[in-house]
Amino acid sequence: MEKKVNQIKDKPWLMRTYSGYASAKESNNLYRGNMAKGQTGLSIAFDLPTQTGYDSDHILAHGEVGKLGVPMRNYEDMEVLFDQIPMEKINTSMTINAPTAWVLALYIATAKKQGADISGLRGTIQNDILKEYLSRGTYIFPPKPSMRLTADVISYAVNNIPKWNPINICSYHLQESGATPVQELAYTLANAMTVLDSVKERDDVRPEDFPKVVGRISFFLNAGIRFVEEICKVRVFTKMWDRICRDHYGVEDPKLRKFRYGVQVNSLGLTERQPENNIARIIYEFLSVVLSKNARARSIQLPAWNEAFGLPRKWDQQWSLRLQQIMAFETDLLEYDDIFEGSEVISKKEKELAEEAEAELKMIMEMGGAIEALENGYMKRNLVKSNAKRLREIETGKRIVAGVNKFIEGEPSPLTENTAQSFLTVDDAVEAQQISSLKRFRKSRDPNKVTFALDHLRESIMAQENIMVASIKCAEAGVTTGEWADTLRDVFGEYRAPTGISGVLIGKLDNDNVLRLRAKIQQLNEALGRNLKLLIGKPGLDGHSNGAEQIAVKAREVGMEVVYEGIRLTPEKIAESALQEGVHVVGLSILSGSHLSLVPEVIGCMKQRGLESIPIVMGGIIPKQDIPKMDLNIIRRVYAPKDFDLNKIMNEITDVVAHANNIELSVTEDNTGDS
Amino acid sequence: MTVKPPDIKLDEILKGEKVAVAQALNLLEDKKPSSLARRVKLVETLSLNAKPERHIIGITGPPGVGKSTLLSRIIPVYRDQKKSIGIITVDPSSKMSGGALLGDRTRISYDPKDADIFIRSMAAGYHLGGLAWRTRQCLTLFESIYDRIIIETVGVGQSETEIEDVVDTVVFVVQPGSGDVLQFMKAGIMEIPHILVMNKADRKTLAEKSKNDLEAVASIANTDMEEWNLALTMTSALEGWGVDALVTAIEKHGLYLNERNISEKRRQNRIKWVHMIFRERFGSFGVDMLGGEKNILRLLKYADIINPFEEVQTLEKMLWKAISDSRLAASASSAI
Repeated sequence: MEKKVNQIKDKPWLMRTYSGYASAKESNNLYRGNMAKGQTGLSIAFDLPTQTGYDSDHILAHGEVGKLGVPMRNYEDMEVLFDQIPMEKINTSMTINAPTAWVLALYIATAKKQGADISGLRGTIQNDILKEYLSRGTYIFPPKPSMRLTADVISYAVNNIPKWNPINICSYHLQESGATPVQELAYTLANAMTVLDSVKERDDVRPEDFPKVVGRISFFLNAGIRFVEEICKVRVFTKMWDRICRDHYGVEDPKLRKFRYGVQVNSLGLTERQPENNIARIIYEFLSVVLSKNARARSIQLPAWNEAFGLPRKWDQQWSLRLQQIMAFETDLLEYDDIFEGSEVISKKEKELAEEAEAELKMIMEMGGAIEALENGYMKRNLVKSNAKRLREIETGKRIVAGVNKFIEGEPSPLTENTAQSFLTVDDAVEAQQISSLKRFRKSRDPNKVTFALDHLRESIMAQENIMVASIKCAEAGVTTGEWADTLRDVFGEYRAPTGISGVLIGKLDNDNVLRLRAKIQQLNEALGRNLKLLIGKPGLDGHSNGAEQIAVKAREVGMEVVYEGIRLTPEKIAESALQEGVHVVGLSILSGSHLSLVPEVIGCMKQRGLESIPIVMGGIIPKQDIPKMDLNIIRRVYAPKDFDLNKIMNEITDVVAHANNIELSVTEDNTGDS
Repeated sequence: MTVKPPDIKLDEILKGEKVAVAQALNLLEDKKPSSLARRVKLVETLSLNAKPERHIIGITGPPGVGKSTLLSRIIPVYRDQKKSIGIITVDPSSKMSGGALLGDRTRISYDPKDADIFIRSMAAGYHLGGLAWRTRQCLTLFESIYDRIIIETVGVGQSETEIEDVVDTVVFVVQPGSGDVLQFMKAGIMEIPHILVMNKADRKTLAEKSKNDLEAVASIANTDMEEWNLALTMTSALEGWGVDALVTAIEKHGLYLNERNISEKRRQNRIKWVHMIFRERFGSFGVDMLGGEKNILRLLKYADIINPFEEVQTLEKMLWKAISDSRLAASASSAI
């Protein structure tokens, strides 16, 4: 290791806030405000219709427009989003995956219009499709064409926007799906190698340019609360990547082998109960990615204290930005060399993680790489397994979460005294406004140009040309996100990823609660005449399926028959499945905040099919004040992430079904979980 | 007490009205003794109303070969031909908990507004043979409504052969590298299907290698079986090719059967159903008392089985008689 002797202060990392909502105009306003407060980079959140390639007026977009990010339908939206923000100067991160090529095309077209020299554009675009299949759920196309799109973007970027990071391979979402540090290391690096291999195969990247491609691969990491282990994890990432680049890809320049990464610290562990505690969690997690100089993050975005129950307001975002600024500018952290070099404890832990991760990585590569391990469900199955273990530990109290499963007694929090005002809500009128602005846009453009550009796009896909060129032309011609994505859907088809839930084995060490529940469900089954059948589905576009998956796994463990429908369903599809399957109860999971429009639609579609007597239970991020707004004769239970006791949930679902069928159960009632 | 069950409306069922079909399915799956009479009556009525042009297809194969995705590709081919489809997917139950994950729907895409398609998932429960105890009853329902009925189930080898006794055409799906399964077929450990599909054939190198194994199976099959030549198809459900050829092969087998005596094959299947219900109720003791499986099948040989439950009752009477006869014989011998 080279040692720097001089004590020149290290440069601070880029400070971003992952944000965007309602409309391009509102978001532009927010970004300019954040930059005035000292934020040094942008991180754009797109709404779910954009992320899944639908226009605001598509049936699946209903209820989701502008909720979790900015709607981005065409060049006009991009222009408004960057109004008075010079694209040549700003460093922008865009979280977009399946339609990466499209959004980057809009970005480039807009930058050109601003008069920027596009070869100087700086920033990153997520473009990591593999983890979408594993965790985040905003994939559209099958793995192979998706990998081609990824490689198209990379090869275009290396040749045309050389300072841009055309992919950031994410371990972030793997951790959110329950990955252990070893799994994070192995799966992320396997994904990275699979991406590199697919670029390497192409003939538009010259072999002598390949090291440059390697040098443009960046990563997006998560930092969890076990921060010593996390410190070691990022250090191991740095070392393993360096080794892979050198030994596997023959990259000689050490600069091109640097593990460059951005971070969003863990949002999954943030709690709804005693939410002020989240600030402490955020800081400890943040420490793990800044403390090591040799493995320090290049850019950081911190979540806000109130993210577990709503969208952060400007003030909440400011608080998180200040945490970063205090670390970088008030503390003396940046004055020192790597403070862990030479620590035996750290290097022992590093060695342990590295050995296990190497073995796991080797296995995946021998299996045929990340795509194979994805298609055969290997990675997903292991993630679901790890997540089930993590949840069980919280349930049994083995893993302590202050204010949630321990130290529960507390004073009322002044921060949430007025719940309705302690987070941001997106006005329901936004959707209608966005639809009308889109319709106006469609009328204003030259239809011949649009048709021509789309035909050209289709032809260039068929001809195996780099999709970026035709996409930029589409952007300039006024094509919309939905039109671009539909063209690709037509050529590539759509994909449903393995759910990973069927491979999870039921543990042999069943505790008494589970056994009592099984007996109770057995009794209910006999009274019903058929086994208790539960339909689980996610309406809308939100692809975060971890919660739904865990409920499905648990329900099977206690003896229910679970019809798992997966993600991205229309309310009609859910109702139709409930009918065809003859289920006794429906479980909905909605995390995107669009419950108030989706739930009544599901209920309406069920009523049309004579299913009004089937109760619904739901889970997700549902603010308390929204619960009375739903039809509580049908919506019998609403669960939040704080309801971690899955046995209790199962017990209640059983009661809900018994009640709906006028059945009285005689099994003892004390099986309400461990706590 | 429990909610009053909805009335069964036969005319609506036969028209394929989904609410009525769903209610009928719920009754057919209902194990409550109080529902038995209605259930038996419904099976009988449905049996008398089977659609003459129906074709029952079984899709089976090891887990993970892409059966559901393939099914998802078959649906639009049939729907384009204006054929209505009923689908039954069967998944295993956990032996530990009795619970089950029925995840096939996530991979089957269909239009929820389409009135001519119906998909029901079921758990195999503790029933042996890979199908659920209620699969045949639900099949009887679908036979009276849909042009094509597809049963999808996991099958890996020796014990999972029940599907052959239920459907007209067996489609076995493998993927490149499934050498074991093909070896089983070659060695005669496993029945050879009517159609053998290599899915995931987009994995070209591996697919080419496995093709030899497939052809070896075909050469054995085509000397063993009568006139039907085992059809081999290569598909990629993911990329969407080869599916038309598969559907053509399925239809060809349907025609082949129609030219022969398909109703006799179906009657034989129903005889096996009677035997299955009998075995489930009275176990191997019951079967032995009636002289073993072969004898039971012989007893039923000429039965024109409209209502399998009635036939079971007949067998049951024979069983009680056999038991009392053997008691008499036993007491007679002890008297000597």
